[in-house]
Amino acid sequence: MSQIPHFISTEPFDADATVAVGSTVSERYAEASQARLIWWRFLRHRVAVVSLAFLAVSYAAILVVEFLSPYELNSRHTDFIFAPPQAVHLFHEGSFVGPFVYPLDYTLDMETLRRTYEEDRTRPLPIRFFCSGEPYSFWGLGEADTHLVCPPEGGTLFLLGTDRLGRDMLSRIVYGARISLTIGLVGVTLSFIIGITIGGLAGYFGGWVDAAVQRVTEVLRSIPELPLWLALSAALPLTWSPLLVYFGITLILALLDWPGLARAVRSKLFALREEDFVTAAEMLGASPRRIIFRHLLPNFMSHLIASASLSIPTMILAETALSFLGLGLRPPITSWGVLLSEAQNIEAVALYPWLLLPMLPVVLVVLAFSFVGDGLRDAVDPYQH
Amino acid sequence: MIRYLVNRLMTMVLTLVAISVLVFAIIQLPPGDYLTSYIAEIQAQGEQVTADKIQFLREEYGLDKPLWEQYLVWVTGLVHGDLGYSFEYSQPVADVVGERMPLTLLLNAATVIFVYLVSFPIGIYSATHQYSWTDHGLSFLGFLGLATPNFLLALILLYFANVWFGTSIGGLMAPEFIDAPWSLAKVGSVLAHLWVPVVVIGTAGTAGMIRRLRANLLDELHRQYVTTARAKGLSERRILFKYPLRMALNPFIADLGSILPQIVSGSVIISAVMSLPTTGPMLLSSLRSQDMYLAGSFLMFLAVLTVVGMFISDLLLAALDPRIRLGLKAAR
Repeated sequence: MSQIPHFISTEPFDADATVAVGSTVSERYAEASQARLIWWRFLRHRVAVVSLAFLAVSYAAILVVEFLSPYELNSRHTDFIFAPPQAVHLFHEGSFVGPFVYPLDYTLDMETLRRTYEEDRTRPLPIRFFCSGEPYSFWGLGEADTHLVCPPEGGTLFLLGTDRLGRDMLSRIVYGARISLTIGLVGVTLSFIIGITIGGLAGYFGGWVDAAVQRVTEVLRSIPELPLWLALSAALPLTWSPLLVYFGITLILALLDWPGLARAVRSKLFALREEDFVTAAEMLGASPRRIIFRHLLPNFMSHLIASASLSIPTMILAETALSFLGLGLRPPITSWGVLLSEAQNIEAVALYPWLLLPMLPVVLVVLAFSFVGDGLRDAVDPYQH
Repeated sequence: MIRYLVNRLMTMVLTLVAISVLVFAIIQLPPGDYLTSYIAEIQAQGEQVTADKIQFLREEYGLDKPLWEQYLVWVTGLVHGDLGYSFEYSQPVADVVGERMPLTLLLNAATVIFVYLVSFPIGIYSATHQYSWTDHGLSFLGFLGLATPNFLLALILLYFANVWFGTSIGGLMAPEFIDAPWSLAKVGSVLAHLWVPVVVIGTAGTAGMIRRLRANLLDELHRQYVTTARAKGLSERRILFKYPLRMALNPFIADLGSILPQIVSGSVIISAVMSLPTTGPMLLSSLRSQDMYLAGSFLMFLAVLTVVGMFISDLLLAALDPRIRLGLKAAR
């Protein structure tokens, strides 16, 4: 290897210029708002950023599930009950065709009465993109029939198999995201409101209010959560509409989640209420409400948001567990837990393992939320750096 | 110490009273009282309900009395070991439950022991070998363990046991022992079956415990007294065991309070998935059929289990840490 010649810049060196560059950087830093500083610190946590991007895409996707899924939520294909996942191929007999599937044929095994499916390897059926498929009503705005992917002409497209009614698992998982992803957000919002109000009262007034709140949170924290959730959701009247049940379940999840937040709010308030600016506000005649929400809360709001984001995955898991056990959401509402409840007995799991696939998005979303929560918690902690 | 003990005992009793009120409220939640729905159910099957039976049940529960009196009847019954009457099985709850409660206790205790036995060495190893490949690998496994709901883990295990060994790993003993009296062979069979649910239930708790022990120990290991000890030429083993480990142990035991509810919750759902003869599946079925007295006593039993466990953990902590015994604030 030849030696690389030593590089010497012939440009005149201007010492002031480097100082100027450095000062714009530090100026930018000094002028940045608290939120912007947190955002910069958050960006350093690579895994959390990737997770946040993943979650953003997922939440954007639930707006357009009708477009993304190849089939409707409840369209049945009675000829394809418990069909295994179809593989996507690119090459047919050595020549490039583009993404295509082979059509499925089934034979009935007369001894076990099970259907065995086989691919017809002679006919490649190309998958269609941005095509017209099953019509759907888009958010009640109008009818449409455009899908991202559609089954090929005269064939089927069950990329993740079908269930006992011949419904496409992939479409059902995509539709289920709508319920599973929102239930955590709605539940956390509720528990946030309850937690801030109760923790705020306890922390600001202290005395017997605080003692009472402390006892209540201790009792709630010492009961195993799941049995209590189960008991409460079993008590929901059977006559409720699915939508009411959805809100009932979120309320139940929130009712048992607030103690942690209330404790955080309380301890922060205890530390802050002795500060001079609180006394000043009191002297000026501000009401407790104003002092709590105007002067105290903004001081630790970012902490609260970080810890709340860590309880979203707990709620998603709780809903999945409840629905899985048949005491949470009920069909026709479709969440990942409801889908998994089909895989409850070992026979189904052994014969049709693809019924377990809805657990994949559950694990991914929960992992992503945990990483984002961790990253946020690190980012809002000013004493770490 | 005695003052602390009395204090703590009082808190426990008060907590249990509060929980019992809550559970009773849940029992009362479904509309109508049980007797009306029970009678309606029996009449729907075309059978007649004798007035005697209705009268017996009404008196048994005092359903004609005001709510607070019903509550007192229920609670005094609980204290005397009279768990109430199951409408679904037409038997006293105590008879329906049978050996389920001891088995539940066994399952939960085994899981707690498992969590401690596994997380202790791994936590120490992760902290002393920070940022090594093993540490990263274990951390990743820990995250995965925390994110995977344990009932899914149970399903996956059931699936692979079926695919690889062709056997079902559900249940808590071999089928021939289910109604057999207790014998050595039966104990052996229970132990052979116990480990699967124990591992499944304990995974999340173990993962959390490893993370906390690692963090606590790392905090201590970076203190100056450790550097001093090392400078004086003490062996690494002695440095670790003399002080940092003892300091890190405190939260380790205090955490029993937070993992115990988690383990009890986990055992309910895992028992349902793996059809274990514990209180879990029966709690579920009683909730589904709104047999609320049966469900209520299970709920109460699980809560008592948790609260007593937390009480024991606090006693251990007090024995370990003089600051708590003497009523000072413990450094967590």
